[in-house]
Amino acid sequence: MKIYIPGDSAAVSVGADEVAAAIAQMDSSIDIVRNGSRGALWLETLVEVETPDGRIAYGPVTAGDVEALFEADFLHGGFHPLLLGKTDEIEWLASQDRVTFARVGVIDPLSIDDYRAHGGLIGLRHALQLSAETLINEITESGLRGRGGAGFPAGIKWRTVAQTYSDQKYICCNADEGDSGTFADRMLIEGDPFTLIEGMTIAGIAVGATQGIVYLRSEYPHAISTLQKAIDIARKSDWLGDRVLGTAVSFDISIRVGAGSYVCGEETAMLESIEGKRGVVRAKPPLPAIEGLFAKPTVINNVLTLSTVPMIMANGASAYKARGVGKSLGTQVFQLGGNIARGGIVEKAFGITLGELVNTYGGGTLSARPLRAVQIGGPLGAYFSTVQFDTSMDYESLIAAGGMLGHGGVVVFDESVDLAQQAKFAMEFCALESCGKCTPCRIGSTRGAETIDLIIQGVRVEENKKLLLDLCEVMTDGSLCAMGGLTPLPVKSAMINFPSDFNGEKK
Amino acid sequence: MKYSPWSQDVARTLLATLRDEKGPVLMALQLMQKEFGYVDKDSVELIANYFNKSRADVHGVLTFYHDLRTTPPTDHQIAICVAEACQAVGARELVNQARAMFGDQINDAYCYGNCALGPAAMVDGKLIGRANLEKITEALM
Repeated sequence: MKIYIPGDSAAVSVGADEVAAAIAQMDSSIDIVRNGSRGALWLETLVEVETPDGRIAYGPVTAGDVEALFEADFLHGGFHPLLLGKTDEIEWLASQDRVTFARVGVIDPLSIDDYRAHGGLIGLRHALQLSAETLINEITESGLRGRGGAGFPAGIKWRTVAQTYSDQKYICCNADEGDSGTFADRMLIEGDPFTLIEGMTIAGIAVGATQGIVYLRSEYPHAISTLQKAIDIARKSDWLGDRVLGTAVSFDISIRVGAGSYVCGEETAMLESIEGKRGVVRAKPPLPAIEGLFAKPTVINNVLTLSTVPMIMANGASAYKARGVGKSLGTQVFQLGGNIARGGIVEKAFGITLGELVNTYGGGTLSARPLRAVQIGGPLGAYFSTVQFDTSMDYESLIAAGGMLGHGGVVVFDESVDLAQQAKFAMEFCALESCGKCTPCRIGSTRGAETIDLIIQGVRVEENKKLLLDLCEVMTDGSLCAMGGLTPLPVKSAMINFPSDFNGEKK
Repeated sequence: MKYSPWSQDVARTLLATLRDEKGPVLMALQLMQKEFGYVDKDSVELIANYFNKSRADVHGVLTFYHDLRTTPPTDHQIAICVAEACQAVGARELVNQARAMFGDQINDAYCYGNCALGPAAMVDGKLIGRANLEKITEALM
């Protein structure tokens, strides 16, 4: 008898460990698999029972429900109020297009046999048979763009590194997922770490790099330990090391843990941090692809970018680019968070509308009060109002609508939100996390927070609004990286889309 | 959480494990904090000498990162996420209530990646979803 109880830290945060312990206590003969989360986080703890007809789901289960579940004979799919039916038929999940997240929640994250049984390593085996040129062409052809936020075509970045001569090259995976409202990197690493390892290995083959480094944030202790275990298993399985899957190719991966700095998610600050220094942003050029980690050519890609590579290599570029709209091809792993009834992972082709995501999948607000604002793309992303719900969720449409996709986080606020306070927070966060290199970011952020405070207090409102917009312009144009350059985005979008919060009147 | 008392000898043994690492300073500081609970001021010179860096280099790294602390930690480590997604579900109010109850032991955090089940809190290394005062108090038991 096999049942699945997620070991994902979000599930554990609402009692998955206690549920697993309670079930083991009732019947110690049950084989409990701690899988990743399916991504329907409002259903956690989601317990799945393996039956001849497929996996049957119950949720959200707490330790207190376990006895009643046994009485209802849940081990054979018996009826209980928490019964959700077959997992594969839950509409919220079944209507998604899982590519990058195809295995997350399905497999045992640390079983290489399970990984293979679900299509793992097919992409890598295919990649090992191709020339580097053909491999890079395939990635370019797929239209895959950087999922960290910048949206730069992955194939072009890889080609630059491949064409730069050096005795040592690196693959750096950016897993410093600091944006509030994003958790896909964490869930992928906790739920399907071998996919990331496979993607990094393929990247190494493509550009001729033998060392991979994952920069993983300290706020994710569970992801760090899962990935380390997966790397150890991959080494023992003749996958990582001097002879990748028995070939002459050499590739290995190590983890570097962050130290609580948001700006280290910026790629050049990340390189400085991996080198053990202060996370101060570097000027570009030189591009990291030419002079990156320890001044060597370096591929820097986000977890989701690298984890999509195995699927593209296994199923072909044309299958991937058949999804999406315009120049935004493939799927995006959207993350619904904040004040939302049904939060979690929604992987869909680019082009789904904001309203569809927030209402159809998200089910509106958790508080059941009217929805007022949605922030897309993390702390540096814009605040949207409900009149913009027809916006297509793709790189270009979001820029045209005055925002950006970022890492795909969607944070929902109900009517109690005060956008002037949110704008002030954006400036305060920038002041706290600025690396200090550029004056507009280092000092402008503090002046910005003060100016918004004056607006909130009703002091010379029109004059201060003008001053704030001027400051935003200086920060945008005068900062090297997105920290200072994009902090004006939430501020200005809040002012434009929610002007009534900036009239200086007490609410 | 239990930590060893600060000791130069233990510190030196730990630093030896990083001898082959490239760019070891941040790792060295993290290792000190993991072992002793904080980075003792004497370890700055120790790390500088060990890895042939200036004390300014090491001090610069030590003071840049929010995670690193230079004084011994309190008995319990409690942090509440105050980033946007948790703000949307009342994190600011929770922090105020928790400060009234636990005082300075409450630290601000920025995102544990539990944004669909906020507010999120971390108590002695344990992540709590849909956090409230009751759950935080329970986790301290």
